[in-house]
Amino acid sequence: MLTRRIVIAIGAIALLTASPALAQDKSIVVASTTSTQDSGLFGHILPLFKAKTGIDVKVVSQGTGQAIDTGRRGDADVLFVHAKSQEEKFVADGFGVKRFPVMYNDFVLIGPKSDPAGIKGGTDAIKAFTALKDKAAVFISRGDKSGTHAAELDLWKAASIDIAKDKGAWYREIGQGMGAALNTASASNAYVLSDRATWLSFKNRGDLEILVAGDQRMFNQYGVMLVNPAKHPHVKQDLGQALVDWLISAEGQKAIADYKVGGEQLFFPNATVPGA
Amino acid sequence: MPDQASALQLVLSGDPALFAIVRLSLLVSLSAVVCAALIGLPFGALVALTRFPGRAGVIVVLNALMGLPPVVVGLAVYLLLSRSGPLGSWGLLFTPAAMIVAQTILITPIIAALSRQTIEDLWLEYRDELAAMNVGPAGRIATLVYDARFSLITTLLAGFGRAAAEVGAVIIVGGNIDGFTRTMTTAIALETSKGDLPLALGLGFVLLAIVVAVNAAAWGMKRVGEQYAG
Repeated sequence: MLTRRIVIAIGAIALLTASPALAQDKSIVVASTTSTQDSGLFGHILPLFKAKTGIDVKVVSQGTGQAIDTGRRGDADVLFVHAKSQEEKFVADGFGVKRFPVMYNDFVLIGPKSDPAGIKGGTDAIKAFTALKDKAAVFISRGDKSGTHAAELDLWKAASIDIAKDKGAWYREIGQGMGAALNTASASNAYVLSDRATWLSFKNRGDLEILVAGDQRMFNQYGVMLVNPAKHPHVKQDLGQALVDWLISAEGQKAIADYKVGGEQLFFPNATVPGA
Repeated sequence: MPDQASALQLVLSGDPALFAIVRLSLLVSLSAVVCAALIGLPFGALVALTRFPGRAGVIVVLNALMGLPPVVVGLAVYLLLSRSGPLGSWGLLFTPAAMIVAQTILITPIIAALSRQTIEDLWLEYRDELAAMNVGPAGRIATLVYDARFSLITTLLAGFGRAAAEVGAVIIVGGNIDGFTRTMTTAIALETSKGDLPLALGLGFVLLAIVVAVNAAAWGMKRVGEQYAG
């Protein structure tokens, strides 16, 4: 029975190699956003955290909307995202213990070097978004209820544009992550709103560059919170809180500030700023 | 994986992260093939050899389920294994075990449907002989599966190919966690989203090479087995 022998051999190998991978160890699951992962921030700070505490952090990176849902279902111990109002609702609904501000970076409006909407060099997001709509310049929207998507919708609103009503063929919702949105914009020479961190570590830029940045309204605040053990008793309270405490400690904040890509600081710690 | 590295460099330098990913991909997909074979082969044989009302319907559904969309399987398993789901207390979501479960569900119909066809064709050939020898149902299944074993390897390879190539299910139930649930396909999806298209494509070739290697190994075993058999 050669077939059976092969099957048994494969099964035995699978079981032998599976056991260490499946073993429960000192680890937590963090639901976070694509920007923190893709930018390489976690790759820089989590080894420091592990060296200090011995805790393995498993990061599931999703859009903020999906990450919050993961936390709500109890599938993560800690939530590390960037959509303040949704985070506050998450805590108010009893799913999170307490939200702590951690750091910010900013959104940048990316577009083709040829700049058909003529917004290059501006620092006023309202002016830029109004011009995009008036010129019907092709714009790629995340359309996935992520933190960046929420920020984009807020900017249209601030520019007194009802995008649900005013959008035409030029406004393209792709329903995907930041990387996919940048790839799409790069392929179609379109405008797109991105967090600066993802943009700086993004490689397939094509003809795109930063056109508008620096508006206060484009600040992107990150918060961290422990999923409420009162709702989900299996949440690893002590290990999860250890990560939250470390991120907002002087040491964690310094680790965040020290992370640079091409000499440029990506995230600015602000755990001590009230109301952030 | 370090930045700015090409897939070729990663392979040649024996990058430990890449090898951990390859190892996990093989572990998950081969385990899923084993589980699916344990369910699908006997089930396919049973359907092939028995006559019952609604049999045609079962065969049509089985054949149709070969086209199960991975993302739907992933979502269903996600909802099942989520802490808020019926099996949440097992704590399996975002682990390799969850990925094996999802891929097993995905490929069991493929193995069951293809083995049903193979065994049924053989059954037509052997029926009179087995009936004359007065072999019982269990003995018939064992005889037919054994005699069809070389064709059934191809069936298992079809299941393996499907499992190794899919990204929709494993990325949902595994979460693409670095060093824990990242497979070849989810790594390719990640590098694509980071805009590192050359690395993503390079990893794609690595995946292709692995699938070819597994098929070559199966082919070799089949040849050796055929020589001994006969």
